[in-house]
Amino acid sequence: MIPETAMFGIPQWLWTIAVIIVKIAIVLGGVMLHVAYATYFERKVIGRMQNRLGPMVVGPYGILQPIADGIKSFFKEDIIPTNADKPIFFMAPILGLMAALSSLAVVPFFNGFVVANINIGLLFLFAMSSLAVYGVILGGWSSNSKYSFLGALRASAQVISYEVPLGLSLVGVMLMAGSLNITDIVNAQSRYPGGMYITAQWLGFFVFVVSAIAETNRSPFDLPEAETELIAGFFTEYSGMRFALFFMAEYTGMIIMCSIAVLCFLGGWTLPPFVLKLMPFLGAVPGVVWFAMKLYVCIFFYYWIRATLPRYRYDQLMSIGWKVLIPLALVNIVITSLIKMLVHPTGTP
Amino acid sequence: MINQAFFFYFSAVIVATSLLAITRKNVMHGVLYMLLLFFHIAGLYLFLNAEFISAVQVIVYAGAIMVLFLFVIMLLNLRDDIRKKQFIATWPMGLLVSSGILMVILMAMLTIKTGAHGVWGIAQLERVTQTVAIGTVMYTQYLFPFEVASLVLLVAIIGAIVLAKKRIK
Amino acid sequence: MPGTYTPVGYLPVLIFLIIALGFGLGSLLFGYILRPRRPYDEKLSTYESGMVPEGEPRQKFSVQYYIIAILFVVFDVEAVFLYPWAVSFDKIGLYAFIEMILFIVVLVIGYIYAWRKDAFLWD
Repeated sequence: MIPETAMFGIPQWLWTIAVIIVKIAIVLGGVMLHVAYATYFERKVIGRMQNRLGPMVVGPYGILQPIADGIKSFFKEDIIPTNADKPIFFMAPILGLMAALSSLAVVPFFNGFVVANINIGLLFLFAMSSLAVYGVILGGWSSNSKYSFLGALRASAQVISYEVPLGLSLVGVMLMAGSLNITDIVNAQSRYPGGMYITAQWLGFFVFVVSAIAETNRSPFDLPEAETELIAGFFTEYSGMRFALFFMAEYTGMIIMCSIAVLCFLGGWTLPPFVLKLMPFLGAVPGVVWFAMKLYVCIFFYYWIRATLPRYRYDQLMSIGWKVLIPLALVNIVITSLIKMLVHPTGTP
Repeated sequence: MINQAFFFYFSAVIVATSLLAITRKNVMHGVLYMLLLFFHIAGLYLFLNAEFISAVQVIVYAGAIMVLFLFVIMLLNLRDDIRKKQFIATWPMGLLVSSGILMVILMAMLTIKTGAHGVWGIAQLERVTQTVAIGTVMYTQYLFPFEVASLVLLVAIIGAIVLAKKRIK
Repeated sequence: MPGTYTPVGYLPVLIFLIIALGFGLGSLLFGYILRPRRPYDEKLSTYESGMVPEGEPRQKFSVQYYIIAILFVVFDVEAVFLYPWAVSFDKIGLYAFIEMILFIVVLVIGYIYAWRKDAFLWD
């Protein structure tokens, strides 16, 4: 199976590993750049929506602001509270970041470019997003502070509550695509007449978007870090680079949720067939451009919601998750399977 | 060769972390060792060509059941517990019971005979993927156990609420 | 035969996990080299809006959180049952559909019970 030597006398397996590492470096580099500029984009967008300018000082139009922020976080003093549980305090941000970053392994950015093309891609994403809760709970618990503890408690209950509708909302997509491999899901979408599953799965898409916002602790569901009540929630005691790691994990999580939305509901890197029929020259544009454009629209949507809606109360947040989204997701599953039954009554063996 | 190496790595870490998980006085540290343990069990499943089970191991055990554990632990007052010499006064009893279980397992291991090969070989699973294989078998051949599982889950919901909500309006 | 299958497709995932860990540790180490260290007691004390921290930080909390956690475990398992069903739906057809409706109905009974007993109500 493995040839002894390949190019330049270097064994084949070493080449395979080198290719994987280069791919990971590209993905990590690209995503980290996007994480940095997502913060800039957010401040600019929300600034404009509130009739302000946003960052303007560092570089022209403040374009170097994220880089300045990054450098600053390295030079900030690291404060560990005296009563903190040090090993856990140390581990929590790393665990959170690891869970967020390794989700990127199964995200295909365009046709054929994915670090790990595994059969259970979606399940891997669910597994990693269910681990993200550990960064929150452990960080809040180990800080030994009242604000952190309450923030962690709220955040973990919120995250686990919304994980159920998040998983259920994608069952409709799995039914339509018949696969858990994300590349297969995108290819199945391009064969589907609408070109995007959002046309048939609009209910699933709605449930997914709401639970994705809650899952990443973003406004209007940013209860865990409600500044007016809890200072900064579970990372109140974190400073400097450790704080930056939590911050990176949050924004990476946001990018991953947007990528799932793009890949599972909006057609990924493909264009709907009717658009290509109308404007065939668009087919020449590389797929990664469409992927990025759809992703930016989703991220903009996140900021738009943040600038528009006020924060929910905690009891409202929990009842939206359990009393509205879960029934809607179950209804969506039953309807989708019913339609599928009527279209293929005997099944296609 | 590489499979054996991975197997020994996974099993060594599983044994070590499970020992650490039950001997740490700080329960939170014990939970973290258990988290590591679940990951390595998931790794073992991968080498058994059971990727779906491996993902479920992480989603259900690490992502759901351990979170439940953490909620329980957060209520405990850890500071007093850490000062205590030992938690469980009845540990000789536990040792007796678990060595009995170990004996049973050893006896079973020595007498076990592997049956005939099923239809799901490596090549077959590679072709249809394990998730589809589980789906087709579970929802045709093992229909009844699956429906019983739903009743078990129902009992779990009702039991949790009855226990937690003693004061019903 | 057990021990004859190597999950080659998961090698990138393993490498990614290692690199992600290295990324986290590396940036912390880099910060450790660069940043100043001037600790004193007041700076290291727990933040409580400028007051001296008072009482236990980890207090008792509502039993509601346990109910949510247990319900989450149950619904998570339910979702796990749904994934292979959804993926193999083409191959099993009508039977699978009826079965799953039955499964969902049983769980909806539990769900309605939980709702009626105010398990989702926060006070």
